Amino acid sequence: MRTLAVVIFAALITLPAAADETPVQLKKADGLDRVEANCQACHSLSYIAMNSPFLNAAGWDAEVTKMIKAFGAPIDEADAKAIADYLKKNYGG
Amino acid sequence: MITRRHVLGTVGGGAALAVSGLKFSTADAAGIALTPGVPAGLDSVAAMEALPGKKPLIRLSDRPPNYESPLEYFRTPITPNDQFFVRYHLSDIPEIKAESYKIAVGGDGANGQAEITLDDLKKMPIFEVVAVNQCSGNRRGLSRPHVPGVEWGYGAMGCAHWKGARLKDVLDKVGLKKEAIEVSFNGADGPAYDKTPDFIKSIPVWKAIEETTLIAYEMNGQPLPHLNGFPARIIVPGWTGTYWMKHVITINALTKPQGGFWMNPAYRLPLGKFPLVARFTSQEYAPNTPITEIVVNSLITSHRDGDKVKPGKVTVGGIAWDGGYGIRSVDVSTDGGRTWSSAILGQDVGRFAFRPWSFELFAKRGKNTVMINATNKIGQSQTSELIFNPAGYNNNVMQNISLMAR
Repeated sequence: MRTLAVVIFAALITLPAAADETPVQLKKADGLDRVEANCQACHSLSYIAMNSPFLNAAGWDAEVTKMIKAFGAPIDEADAKAIADYLKKNYGG
Repeated sequence: MITRRHVLGTVGGGAALAVSGLKFSTADAAGIALTPGVPAGLDSVAAMEALPGKKPLIRLSDRPPNYESPLEYFRTPITPNDQFFVRYHLSDIPEIKAESYKIAVGGDGANGQAEITLDDLKKMPIFEVVAVNQCSGNRRGLSRPHVPGVEWGYGAMGCAHWKGARLKDVLDKVGLKKEAIEVSFNGADGPAYDKTPDFIKSIPVWKAIEETTLIAYEMNGQPLPHLNGFPARIIVPGWTGTYWMKHVITINALTKPQGGFWMNPAYRLPLGKFPLVARFTSQEYAPNTPITEIVVNSLITSHRDGDKVKPGKVTVGGIAWDGGYGIRSVDVSTDGGRTWSSAILGQDVGRFAFRPWSFELFAKRGKNTVMINATNKIGQSQTSELIFNPAGYNNNVMQNISLMAR
């Protein structure tokens, strides 16, 4: 039952990916669920891999901040931190 | 709040207004040749992919759609519509019917207001221009250090024969006040999320009323492809693509500078770093200024870096272009820039167009290098070192490729 609930939830949070776009599999690691739940509401995840590996920690922090401050992404503080940590660890340079 | 259109497009799947027309037919990761020097991470996501009505382009992102043309598509001075690059900032891209299309013209810098249909546009005096549409960020992926953004290689550009009405003639329908300083554009495409700034751009009045600035409804003799701005887009020959508003639905004359994210801080160059002739002074706020004209540039299209050739005579060729002053010469060096020889220029189809060139060299056995430098008619030429800027714009570093003869 618990497994089923998780599967349904996963299906819901990945809805923002358009039905006919090529899925992008980012590196599986802590925080990927937050990345998938937030970032792809507005853009495909290829932006992340494309912008790697050259951004340092400050660079990825600036990108997450830009998405929230300049583009109005409704990402709460906890998710923003989890996303930034994921990006620094897995796509930092 | 996610917009209704976006919800329809995602939950409805097939309805897919937000991404309509983006049902893919082919994707081929193996056959892809990225521009040397783009970020390594691009390898894992880029693919050759044919959008509806298009030949395969290099997909950098599919939402919003950002697809560049591979090098081979630049072997002709006119880029066919089905080979022309695609670039969007925002992913809500509605299909617009020609019959219901209207442009609202007005603004506080206009004496009146007007609504212009596609038929109205077509009944106005017709003007045509061959011009390069180049994304401001073309070659961003080659910046050192790398800078964030869409990591374009050589292919975020194309040259087409545009046909439409003069923007000036459309503005004359409402009349410009003498206080008008800018003309702004909005397109029908918008953000997936309503807090994201809509893509609105302006140009100075002096540029808006130039005889070559058009509202184009034809591209290479055909209606514009959906993803290149159907039914009509703004054409600003000589200036980078950011001002060439696709699916234009609003044109406003303004007595005050256009605000918003896409005017500032986006699309800015550090003041004083580039030798720009065309200035957008109402938008100049230190320390930067809007990007304006295309810097003089060239590209080898006959060969890729590292290609194998036979020893002996080899004809190398490509294209050169600039912000509309016209190409005076293309010079080629086979000794790393110590000595230079003139290439033969091909057909001149207009000062805003790609100018073909060719050069015959003698390839010795082993490694040969070919370096190119274009000069325009006001004496500007390409740079040997990158002029670094935070957004990776105006990269016109001379290309230098190797050919292996054996």
